[in-house]
Amino acid sequence: MANFIQLLIGGVSMGILYGVVAIGFVLLWQTSQTINFGQGELVMVPMFLMVALHIVLKIPFWPSFVLTLLGSGIMGYLFERLMIRKLLPGGVLVIVIATLGLSGFLRYGMQIAWTPQTLFFPHLFSTKPIELGDIIFSPEDIWNIVLISVIIIVLHLCIKRTKLGMAMQAVAQSRETAELMGINVRHIITLVFVLNSVLAGTAAVFAAPIFFVRYDIGIFLGVKAFVAAIIGGFNQIRGALVGGLTVGLAETFAAAYITTAYRDAFVMILLLVVLLIKPEGIVGIKEEAY
Amino acid sequence: MIRWLFWGIIVAILCVLPRFLGDYTLYVVSLTYVYVTVAIGLNLTLGYANQVSLCHASFFGIGAYTMGLLLAQGWSFWLILPLSGIFAGLFGAVIGFPALKWKDHYLALITIAINIITFFVMMQESWLTGGPTGVSGITRPSIGSLSFTSDINYYYLLLVLFILAILASIWIVNSKWGRAFRAIGLNELAARGHGISSFNYKLLAFAVGAFFAGVGGGLFAPLLRYISPDAFTFFISLEFLIMIVIGGMGRIEGPIIGAIIVVMGPEVLRMAEAAYLIVYSLILILVMLFMRGGLVIVLDRLREAIPARIGSRR
Repeated sequence: MANFIQLLIGGVSMGILYGVVAIGFVLLWQTSQTINFGQGELVMVPMFLMVALHIVLKIPFWPSFVLTLLGSGIMGYLFERLMIRKLLPGGVLVIVIATLGLSGFLRYGMQIAWTPQTLFFPHLFSTKPIELGDIIFSPEDIWNIVLISVIIIVLHLCIKRTKLGMAMQAVAQSRETAELMGINVRHIITLVFVLNSVLAGTAAVFAAPIFFVRYDIGIFLGVKAFVAAIIGGFNQIRGALVGGLTVGLAETFAAAYITTAYRDAFVMILLLVVLLIKPEGIVGIKEEAY
Repeated sequence: MIRWLFWGIIVAILCVLPRFLGDYTLYVVSLTYVYVTVAIGLNLTLGYANQVSLCHASFFGIGAYTMGLLLAQGWSFWLILPLSGIFAGLFGAVIGFPALKWKDHYLALITIAINIITFFVMMQESWLTGGPTGVSGITRPSIGSLSFTSDINYYYLLLVLFILAILASIWIVNSKWGRAFRAIGLNELAARGHGISSFNYKLLAFAVGAFFAGVGGGLFAPLLRYISPDAFTFFISLEFLIMIVIGGMGRIEGPIIGAIIVVMGPEVLRMAEAAYLIVYSLILILVMLFMRGGLVIVLDRLREAIPARIGSRR
């Protein structure tokens, strides 16, 4: 039982990170029907930015955190203005291919421009194990869970309660109708891209001490987040979260109780099962087109 | 007439080419033939029928492992080669089932998942696949006293099959199948309205595309004499995608141009792996932004421009 609870904490802490990255996916899909295969690289680049600011330039944590988020936001803005805006009329496949290209460009660009090696990032919180009876866990996991939950709740409130958030929902429901209601759809889409990048940048700062900083970490995180979004449900923000938790827990328990070798394959099999049984995702809503 | 002359000259050049090439360059050209065969398959699935497949490396791998493992059992190369294609094709037809329900990004993701799973199986199931070390000591075939063991002889075998693959793809594209693929690719609903069974033809598009990839795999294993899971990762699937996108999707010349650029480009430019991956990624974005038809469009313009100029002189 103690073992089970430890795995549960580890799995949730992992899953909620995947969830945050997956939320970005869902936001992009809802407002602009963009599938971003470069999502993982939107996490990888801020990781390196954080290392550059905090470790190389020795800027204190909070200023570098703010600068990293700022940098992420700019990256998201450029991504939308220079690429997506021109590609949107071309349809989904065009965007899939172009974002695959973007992910390769950022990944191997970082490898050449900086380093092919793994960089370490100091832990944000103490990793000294806490013992509660039989259960041993790391405070880092608990802090990650708590802080990311707070971020998600704030995001949720912004989307549900503020004017901009409601405009985003309107665009997600119907672009044409939103436009007729006087919403500037282009601005909203740009805003969502910036928001997605900032979320990814936040996830990067939490993920850096756990996964370490490496040019190809984006493949790992991007695929996990994408799988999470599909498992949970692509058209719901809470779907991304449910999916992220499912993936995090599934891989943690599969590694512990089945076999570590098939840890990643297990998640893919889970994905296929979900697609075969409930293709709209665990909490997703059926769409007409698919 | 002029067209046949042109192709005759190209084939003649390819026939005498080995005389002028070093060992390594000969290998690179041979490898290009293999990759073109696979890219032709992907072009049928994605370029014509518009069904996204990001697991062509799996089909390629199934072909290669079929060849490697059955050769070790003492089977004949000439029997295994069609089997490589058929096994991959059957697997492709199974993978085609999700395509009946989903398209575009969902299908892209499903096929990525398939590629990751097959890679894991190749890595983990050592009793069958040899695990990470793969299969080695793969022999090359012979007919009677004619042996294809030497690099040059195997080159000619690959050249013959390469030409056959291109002719087969031209035949398929112009056949009833090809027309059905294009109809589904352009507008599935309209195709169904004209009595084309999208169920059958979607599965067929995957099966035929996978068959070509499987045959490519069957030719790949004896070329290298050694196969390991690394040659069949998702990134190899991505390379196949890059080939047909750069070359031109839905065109016969597309995969040929694309494979030449993707396989030979790095050798010519003598770049580090990461450097050419950056260049190709960038090309992928630029092609999508500015030239969605691929490089074949440039050829088309040349073809239009040259006769016009000759005509005006007259």
